[in-house]
Amino acid sequence: MKHMILRYSILGLSALCAFIGVAQNGGSVSGNIESQYQYLLNDSVIAAVQPQEKSLVNTYALINYTNKGFKAGTRLELYAPRILGYPDRFDGVGIGYRYVGYENDMLSVTVGNFYEQFGSGLIFRAYEDRNLGLDNAMDGLSLRIRPFKGIAIKAVYGKQRFSFEGGRVINAPGIIRGFDVELGLNDWFPKLEEKELSIRAGFSMVSKFQAANHPDYVLPQNVGSYGGRIDVTYKKFYANAEYIIKEADPSLDNQYIFNYGKGLIINAGYSKKGFGVLLSAKHIDNMSFRSDREMVLNDGMVNFIPPLTKTHTYNLVAQLYPYVSQPLGEVAYQADVMYNIKKGTKLGGKYGTTISANFSTAFGSGQFATDANPLSRVTYRTDLFSTNGNLYWRDINVEVKRKLNAKWSINASYFNLVLNNDVIKVAEAPGIIKAHIGVVELLYKINDSHSIRAEFQALWTEEQRDRGHWYTALIEYTISPDWYFTAVFQHNYGNPLENRRNLYPLIAAGKIWGATRLEARFGRVNAGMFCVGGVCRPVPASSGLTVVFSHSF
Amino acid sequence: MKNVLFLAALFLTSTAFVFIPSDDDQRGKSVPSVKITDLNNKPINTAELGNEGKPVIISFWATWCSPCKRELNAIHELYDEWQEETGVKLIAVSIDDERTKSRVKPYINSSGWEFDIWMDTNHDFKRAMGVNNVPHTFLIDGDGKIVYSHNNYAPGDEHKLYKEILKLKK
Repeated sequence: MKHMILRYSILGLSALCAFIGVAQNGGSVSGNIESQYQYLLNDSVIAAVQPQEKSLVNTYALINYTNKGFKAGTRLELYAPRILGYPDRFDGVGIGYRYVGYENDMLSVTVGNFYEQFGSGLIFRAYEDRNLGLDNAMDGLSLRIRPFKGIAIKAVYGKQRFSFEGGRVINAPGIIRGFDVELGLNDWFPKLEEKELSIRAGFSMVSKFQAANHPDYVLPQNVGSYGGRIDVTYKKFYANAEYIIKEADPSLDNQYIFNYGKGLIINAGYSKKGFGVLLSAKHIDNMSFRSDREMVLNDGMVNFIPPLTKTHTYNLVAQLYPYVSQPLGEVAYQADVMYNIKKGTKLGGKYGTTISANFSTAFGSGQFATDANPLSRVTYRTDLFSTNGNLYWRDINVEVKRKLNAKWSINASYFNLVLNNDVIKVAEAPGIIKAHIGVVELLYKINDSHSIRAEFQALWTEEQRDRGHWYTALIEYTISPDWYFTAVFQHNYGNPLENRRNLYPLIAAGKIWGATRLEARFGRVNAGMFCVGGVCRPVPASSGLTVVFSHSF
Repeated sequence: MKNVLFLAALFLTSTAFVFIPSDDDQRGKSVPSVKITDLNNKPINTAELGNEGKPVIISFWATWCSPCKRELNAIHELYDEWQEETGVKLIAVSIDDERTKSRVKPYINSSGWEFDIWMDTNHDFKRAMGVNNVPHTFLIDGDGKIVYSHNNYAPGDEHKLYKEILKLKK
């Protein structure tokens, strides 16, 4: 393994030098480096444990080279060992991503690693989210062709990244093949433009192959999935929808049933200056689609289920009770309204006031008895938008933003969350958890470059369930354009267990040089969920120092 | 294990030597050509900025990123004045993915932004521009070369950006 690491690091470094050498002979190089270092301590009060190695580091260096139509790039990755909360199969140093390709106005070819998605991703999405330790990059061939005006074709072929062990990428076993066609009707019928109407439509198909050798069932080795989408804009209205069907895909996740999977997402909205509204609905049934039928959690996902919830940013709202998409089945709705009260009016004030309200909810998908032969292992039937009445999630929130004068701005928000922890499994207590959260945020500009921002957040759970009540106070001092200092105090003052009413203090400072940033944080970090896009990673409690360096070039 | 640590140190120092922190690295480069779309799903070539030789600001943002919205709202208030004085155009590149992409249109309209909006749903343009995290703002001169770039946002950064735009006016 050590030889492997050595070989790959030398290879990587020489590739790096080669790139820089080539860059001096024309073409252009761009990329970035990001490094996160942790030195952790034992802290029995919050159950934070010092790892054996004491210090941990993740580093990523991405380099892209382009010269006329030619492109190539690589990303070196280092886990020595991985930072806290990352999947435990990430270790070593080596090449995590590399590609070469060619591109002109009509076509783009990539060989090696690439990220791609079809439509909303409900059928196929290869993407990286470094904060989550999630990277299902494809390794194979990608084609994008625009043969005529108004038609775009994408084709992909390859395997998906699953793990990074001993400095080497391990791909998931399944072979993924797919294509997508998108039609822009406005390019063919210019009259639509005059009517302020725009129509786009798409069709995709993805198939997965994985050898099967199950003791009890004859499993399909090829699983097909297909569907279409449409996107219409008319004046200030817009609507889009996508429907995907997945053929029988028995897996560990769905307990080897032979039901077809179905997914439908609909969005409709209207917006004009000062006002926007968005309504969304989706029904997902048996849509866990993986490169390996034995995988669980976030591993080997071929598709992505977009969650219909607002992405919250205040820490008490985002970390403790987030929603996690349920690929096996969910029926969800969302309504989102944004309104800007005009400046100069009595309600709007001198600078205007923004109000946004958001409602989202999700239920389990309905399952009804079927007359299918039990031997077929098609175990239930579902109807469009039928639920099983089991509430998974509800979020009602309102935010008011107002600039009071040249110096002061204020944001006030209220969130009402209801989470079914038996299904979502992000907290400790079983059953339904109801939480109320209030946040006030103030911004004070001292002068053109100095300013102070403060947040006060409070969370109550009904009947003091789960970990009970919390507050967070945050103060941030910024000096434009290059310094920032932050102090955060989070307190679980209302934990039902008195010996767990912990305080989580954290201080941070950062310096920015243009596209370079260095940040150091010291303190306690609460155990919780770290979520991006309905995909979550549990982060254990920790105590100690974290240094983050990032640079773009 | 020791070997791994040694290699890690080697890796870090070698990268550090190659990339000594400086805000100059991106200066003088052209904007790479990547095919993405605008807000109405129409294809865009990112190398075609089209502002008739006047400067262009490219700002990477997302609907879930509070500092990004603070920055763009601050510029929004000054935008008429900036455009009148310098002819500058701002392109706000949304990196919202499937989760939040549908919120972009209602958000920008209700905020009254008059910026050009590009959608980088698959993050192809973000990777090509070497962006680590948002907000990240670039200033491009009339010849299509990057003259300034800045990561993060603190209130007041817009004044620094405007000074850089004024430098191009000469």
